[in-house]
Amino acid sequence: MALTAPLRPSRVSAGEARERADALRARIADMQSTRLEGRAIPTLPALHDLLPGGVLREGGAYGVEGSTSLVMAMLAGASGAGSWCAVVGVPGFGVEAARLAGLDLDRLVLVPAPGRHWLAVVAALVDVIPVVAVRPPEAVGAADASRLGARLRQRRAALVVDGTWPQSEVQLRVAESRWTGLGDGHGRLTAREAVVTASGRGGFGRASTARLLLPGVGAAAERVDEGGALGAGDAADGFAGPAVTEQAPAAPLRRVAG
Amino acid sequence: MSGVPEASDPRRTIVVWCPDWPVIAAAREAGLSLESPLALVEKGLVFACSAAARRDGVARGLKLREAQYRSPALELLDYDAALDARAFEPVVRRVEETTPGVQLLRPGALAVRARGPVRYYGGEAEAAEALRAAVGGFGLPVRVGVADGPFAAEQAARATSDSAPVLRVESGGSAAFIAPLPVGVLVDPRTATLLHRLGVRRLGEFAALPADDVLRRFGPTGALAHDRAAGRDGARVLARTPPPEWDEQVEFEPPLDRIDQLAFAFRTRAESFIERLTDAKLVCTAVHVEIVDEEGGVSARDWLHPRWFTPGDVVDRIRWQLQGSGSADAGLRSPIARVRVHPERLDSTGNHEEGLWGTGPDERVHHGLTRVQGMLGHEGVVTATIGGGRMLADREVLVPWGDRPPEGASDRPWPGSLPSPLPATVFRERVPAGLVDADGAVVTVDERGSISAPPATFTVAAAGGPRRVRAWAGPWPVVERWWDEATARRAHRFQVVDDDGAAWLLVRDADEWRAEARYD
Repeated sequence: MALTAPLRPSRVSAGEARERADALRARIADMQSTRLEGRAIPTLPALHDLLPGGVLREGGAYGVEGSTSLVMAMLAGASGAGSWCAVVGVPGFGVEAARLAGLDLDRLVLVPAPGRHWLAVVAALVDVIPVVAVRPPEAVGAADASRLGARLRQRRAALVVDGTWPQSEVQLRVAESRWTGLGDGHGRLTAREAVVTASGRGGFGRASTARLLLPGVGAAAERVDEGGALGAGDAADGFAGPAVTEQAPAAPLRRVAG
Repeated sequence: MSGVPEASDPRRTIVVWCPDWPVIAAAREAGLSLESPLALVEKGLVFACSAAARRDGVARGLKLREAQYRSPALELLDYDAALDARAFEPVVRRVEETTPGVQLLRPGALAVRARGPVRYYGGEAEAAEALRAAVGGFGLPVRVGVADGPFAAEQAARATSDSAPVLRVESGGSAAFIAPLPVGVLVDPRTATLLHRLGVRRLGEFAALPADDVLRRFGPTGALAHDRAAGRDGARVLARTPPPEWDEQVEFEPPLDRIDQLAFAFRTRAESFIERLTDAKLVCTAVHVEIVDEEGGVSARDWLHPRWFTPGDVVDRIRWQLQGSGSADAGLRSPIARVRVHPERLDSTGNHEEGLWGTGPDERVHHGLTRVQGMLGHEGVVTATIGGGRMLADREVLVPWGDRPPEGASDRPWPGSLPSPLPATVFRERVPAGLVDADGAVVTVDERGSISAPPATFTVAAAGGPRRVRAWAGPWPVVERWWDEATARRAHRFQVVDDDGAAWLLVRDADEWRAEARYD
């Protein structure tokens, strides 16, 4: 708004003007990354707090540890918006769960057993498919990772790695998970509330935490509403916040943290 | 017509007829003998039958039960019109080699314009004999009739017998020849009944009716039939245009024993195969690949293409068919002697024209995925659909990229299937597991569906040591196909949550524990 406001030089002194220019310059520097950012890929709002910039970006690699549901949630936004998605090296990928998570099966390609060719397969897929998920069968070297990273940026694709990745924008991990609905010999699993921590390089460089419903109730992954916005900075406090009640899953949650 | 040579009448027609053709075609396909009573069935009625069945009293139009009553040893086959036509195609081609201008009346009967062959062979009898010899080479019974117009010629062919397989009706004598035939051979059953009631039973009697009255009473169809009955058959033989031959076949001498050799050798032929189609403004969306090895073993299958085949795609399909799940440089079980590619489905290029602004994104996806299939084989890249079933792995239907997904059964109710939320990891091969009670004894489920003791700890192979059961529910019985002993399945499902907050779906089969899926 300040940029579009009409300038009234008669009222503003030279010192004030310089101050304002410095402030604007600092704000621009804050917004700019050290390298050129890729364009945003549609992402579920629930993942906003975990990802640098709040969204998946073209050219980025994102690590996800210990949860296939979280991988599905990462793909769901793009798939729901009409992109093709591919899943490489995950023979047990639950297709029906993926559909419930919001993936469109008509535009989902699976390569369950790429074997030793997995890196070549991923490289071939990122040429044509905007979001590729892979579970590497072996640790990947830094050279291979940066080569693939260059290809990702060139082809404007995003890579979601089920595991760790040397040059990931962010590394997500399910730190804590609690199932509800199941008792001692009765009931059935109804919902899972997971505490997901994000760490790694990227715009913030510090850890953030969010509570998610994984999988969501008949819909895409939802962020657990705790009555207040969880900013990236105070997320660690939110971690110790009140436990989520069983009613929480039923509430329609599609809020983006302010 | 007197004074004019017999062959100059343009209506003179030779009809070549194979009696009982549908039965012969079906018996050859099924590998049955024609000596035994055999009948083809369509819509519950006998469509055609063999001579042996006819001797027992079976006839066309008989009800199935009546036919079986008359001939208890009767072998029944379904009538397949496509097979009928397909099997007759070589016969048509052979006749076309002998004489041009062949009309296919129906599978089993051909009409040929008499003029050409009569001039060439020097007479109607000689021409008829030449055609009989051409078709007789297939080992088929052949009858030949020569008359004015296809209808009279066919009736002449039907009037022949085994001992005198050729019948010539002199030019101009056709009306007299067909006069004693019943009207049913010319008109549809309803009109035939009507004519019977009017006292008209023979074609000669029908022909004697005034043409104007017939037109008024029976309309144009009746008038046409009346013309034919009077021997004024205006129909000419309409020669068919032989369909072009698209098949590409290569014989290898000596036989090749390596896939890459074979792919290289077929490359140029695949190019010419596609080029010929392109020249005819056609694209091929499905091919049939037939590979014959040295020992006579045949491997044949249809390959679909989501868009259309290029030469490289055809070679890929041959390679995939040979290598199965092996890699490209693998050897073969037996050297390959012959490869034949036949286009199963052709379409006009107009329906597959690319857009003005180049190609859509989906074509790029297809090219990329085809490249991956080139690396991993046809089955390497799959798309998924949800099918029917109770077990999670049964419900996931994986279809190789490019193949058509099967008809879905997921919208039907499947009582006993798992409620939402569904596990994100489904083990295609169920993983061995164990569920034990506090005393360390394996938890079992009895006939009535009650468990021996509440579970305390569980293990899942390949997922580390024993885990404490924090919460559990079950057993949820899954009983499938109890009516069939071989495929019957009786299992009990348990949901279990461990101390780490991970949830598992365990299954108690007949006598072992397995993990079906993990909620992760």
